Amino acid sequence: MNAEIEIQLIASVVAAACALPGVFLVLRRMALMSDAISHAILVGIVLAFFVTKNIASPFLIIAAAFTGVITVVLVELLNRTRLVKEDAAIGLVFPVLFSIGVILIARYAGNVHLDTDAVLLGELAFAPFNRIVISGYDLGPQALYVMSAVLLVNILFIALFYKELKLATFDSGLAAALGFSPVFIHYTLMSLVSITTVGAFEAVGSILVVALMIAPPATAYLLTDSLMWMLGLSVSIGVISGISGYWLARFMDASIAGCMATMTGIFFILGLLFAPERGMVALARRHARNRWEFALWTLAVHLFNHENLPESATENRVDHLHEHVGWDREYAQKVLTHAKQRDIVEQENGRLYLTRTGRQMAKRALVK
Amino acid sequence: MDNEEIKAIRVDDLTVAYRDKPVLWDIDLNVPPGVLMAIVGPNGAGKTTLIKSILGLVKPAAGQVLIYGKPYQQQRSLVGYVPQRESVDWDFPTSVLDVVMMGRYGIIGWIRRPGREDRELAMQALEKVRMQDFANRQISQLSGGQQQRVFLARALVQDAKVYLMDEPFQGVDATTEKAIVELLQQLRSDGRTVAVVHHDLQTVIEYFDWVTLLNVRSIASGPVAEVFTDENLHLTYAGRVAFSRESKEQKNSLSDGDKQ
Amino acid sequence: MNLMQILKGLMFDYTLRTVALGSGILGIVSGALGVYAVLRKQSLLGDAMSHAALPGIAIAFILTGSKAPLVLILGAAAAGWVGTLFIMAVLNKTRIKDDSALGIVLSVFFGFGLVLLTFIQKMPKATQAGLDNFLFGQAATLMERDVIIMGLLGAAVLIIMMVFWKEFKLLSFDSEFGSSLGFPIKKLDFILTGLLVVAIVLGLQTVGVVLMSAMIVAPAASARQWTDKLGLMVALSAVFGALAGMSGAIISSVTAHLPTGPTIVLCISFVVAVSMTLAPNRGLLWRWFRERRNNRRLRLEAVLLDLGMLAEQHEDLSHGHPASVLNTMSMGQGGVERSLEELERRGLVQNINEDEWALTQGGVKEINRILEHREVKKV
Repeated sequence: MNAEIEIQLIASVVAAACALPGVFLVLRRMALMSDAISHAILVGIVLAFFVTKNIASPFLIIAAAFTGVITVVLVELLNRTRLVKEDAAIGLVFPVLFSIGVILIARYAGNVHLDTDAVLLGELAFAPFNRIVISGYDLGPQALYVMSAVLLVNILFIALFYKELKLATFDSGLAAALGFSPVFIHYTLMSLVSITTVGAFEAVGSILVVALMIAPPATAYLLTDSLMWMLGLSVSIGVISGISGYWLARFMDASIAGCMATMTGIFFILGLLFAPERGMVALARRHARNRWEFALWTLAVHLFNHENLPESATENRVDHLHEHVGWDREYAQKVLTHAKQRDIVEQENGRLYLTRTGRQMAKRALVK
Repeated sequence: MDNEEIKAIRVDDLTVAYRDKPVLWDIDLNVPPGVLMAIVGPNGAGKTTLIKSILGLVKPAAGQVLIYGKPYQQQRSLVGYVPQRESVDWDFPTSVLDVVMMGRYGIIGWIRRPGREDRELAMQALEKVRMQDFANRQISQLSGGQQQRVFLARALVQDAKVYLMDEPFQGVDATTEKAIVELLQQLRSDGRTVAVVHHDLQTVIEYFDWVTLLNVRSIASGPVAEVFTDENLHLTYAGRVAFSRESKEQKNSLSDGDKQ
Repeated sequence: MNLMQILKGLMFDYTLRTVALGSGILGIVSGALGVYAVLRKQSLLGDAMSHAALPGIAIAFILTGSKAPLVLILGAAAAGWVGTLFIMAVLNKTRIKDDSALGIVLSVFFGFGLVLLTFIQKMPKATQAGLDNFLFGQAATLMERDVIIMGLLGAAVLIIMMVFWKEFKLLSFDSEFGSSLGFPIKKLDFILTGLLVVAIVLGLQTVGVVLMSAMIVAPAASARQWTDKLGLMVALSAVFGALAGMSGAIISSVTAHLPTGPTIVLCISFVVAVSMTLAPNRGLLWRWFRERRNNRRLRLEAVLLDLGMLAEQHEDLSHGHPASVLNTMSMGQGGVERSLEELERRGLVQNINEDEWALTQGGVKEINRILEHREVKKV
């Protein structure tokens, strides 16, 4: 395998591994926990590095994942004091931990290849240089193995606890009543987020992990209502962002991780605009159509409400639409013409009468 | 109809839609001055939306609202508003007196700060709701009933002719409820019009003299004696329930109401 | 001017003075505006804004080739605005929730900013633009002209905040009520958000885009613990922000390999920790003491009432009752003996013989007082 393909493979695996727990973060409205965790684990990595003196030690991953969970606990503790609101609690915790991490790196780790640039950007381009070689056989880049393992853990967890996760996400009260501890699910999920973040950290850096975790699931959320589909789509969008990001980076001669994040953003914007049902274009078109339809309904309901009542002589008149319903004359006339075409109203000496179709329409509208 | 006496609140053919779904359908409402009106209906009936569209907080798809014969925008100073208690953060760093003075902000106008007169008026309003001893308290130290009284005091300093209140009895103890009712009845006898979103069907007859039954469309509106009938209540709660889950509860409270 | 004189007296060093002044200004402005962000539960909007500013800085540099602070600040503010508008649009038009919208803007804008930075580094002629400093901040790069611009912009922000004081308070506390009074709440929201963007952008050079949000959240969160008044909270928050900003910037300037942003964040976080523990009334320490006192009082009252119940069964008030019975009645809460001794010290009970206790007249009075008090509370 050449380095080019290896980098794309790693990018794909990282993106897929991030997207899976990301789906649940987005659905559980905890997207910003990934932001907090990805910043905070830096301290764990640095401290573990001081102990092991080996940047590739698996101990780093454990320590960092542990820091991630501590962050979650800290935020919750702070929240529980009720001295600050939840958003502020997140905003207070992770800057401290991140600052400690950055300062430690700047002061004591300056001579190893853990610098602040690597923290923010990762070093995907260098990933193929760090290889696993066993008795002379080159087994491929280490990052690929690490991230594949993380991906596997994520898949296993979601496959095993699919039902519980779904329940805990959409109805945590019911889940608790049925005996699935939402707390257990919560902390396991947070541990997964931490592990995934640590694994991806080396490749794409701390802040861009957030992009890979949140943007593809959010895009998928615009496209589908099914959890299964959302998982699949998130992974696909993540992988496509990873690979296209790589080529964008090649083309621009810029940071790969940055380009991957940019691509997730571009896909999100595409989804935002063109998602078949929820996209802005679809919404605008539906709204334009509905506005018209809605005007007809309004007219029918209005006439129906005042039918056979003494005031109908004044209420159900063409002029009245302008005066009271608040439509300008031109628009009212348009709606009226349309309504006549659709056989909803009849007009007689400026008075308006519902037809049978119109009356049914009004009744249907009111029952709805 | 233009010869009739001028209505305090007049709503014509009001339709409100949220994302193309109707929340209120063609509502007509004529509330004469000097009545105390309950707005009653099941959850999701659009009671809050009705109040908010009268206040111009929600943009209607069709229809118009007149306060004493003119659009709300021209009659703002005539209208006082008591939002739902839960709609604000009671941990906000401010005092009771400060919140009450907010009722004067519309009269004070842009940029100018509240002065001594505003302070005195706010204190008077607090006395009316018997909260004068709490004037300098931080609002987070208040109980639910006290919070509600503060909101009422804030509306009182508005010195309005028409009051719109969203569930002023929500989460309030019996003593406070009684005090609030007395206050509302006092307002009515001063010739003011008070419209109240109300949940407890059992107290409608006791507290109010006017009622609007609402369930997405207006079922009936008028004097309690004429309008608050079993038939209308059934129409409001049983037939066209907007969300079927709530219908059970509502039926229960309905049957409770029947026992009276 | 007082502050200036103190500073002048303290420091003879031009750089240090500039740094201290600059970070003091940034602390005041972000502290003051941060109060509104925190009260309106927009703490993390600041985080998104500051990250979103990075591509703006890069684009401003690419377009103009200038590193003049005003140019970069304008770029940053524009990008911060775009990010905010994007979040609002996503929230209004889709079912995506605020956390995801913030997360996307924060990370994607930042990622794009990093792409542009690496791109700039490879541009011919670009003398390693020094834009990297915007990541974690570098107070030492502050120049006098930067500080002057910060001061002017900061003063403008604060003046606008004061002018619309009443309106912003209304907006933050009860915007719908404000709207019903006829205030254009959307426009006010627009202005206040704009002020927040400026406050954030002012600090980017010193604190950096990554950690600037802490300067929005932390001073306000600290100040909230000390006061229940909005005005005092804004003032305190500004003071905390200024203190942390200046001390952090000075420490980092005089120490090698100490990035400014993280140092300032540690300083302000220290203030947060102190405030949350020690602040009267709200502080955790206070709360702990209060709870302990309360518990002790409740324990004493419980023992006294139990003894009262026993005494009711005897006409003779001085009939002794064994502590072991009281112990059983307290359902194993323990500390009955200690409570009895304390009650004796207060003259409410008396020790009849070794292990038997009885009420005094004072004890009976106290019981009646307690019961009355509880009755009132119930009503």
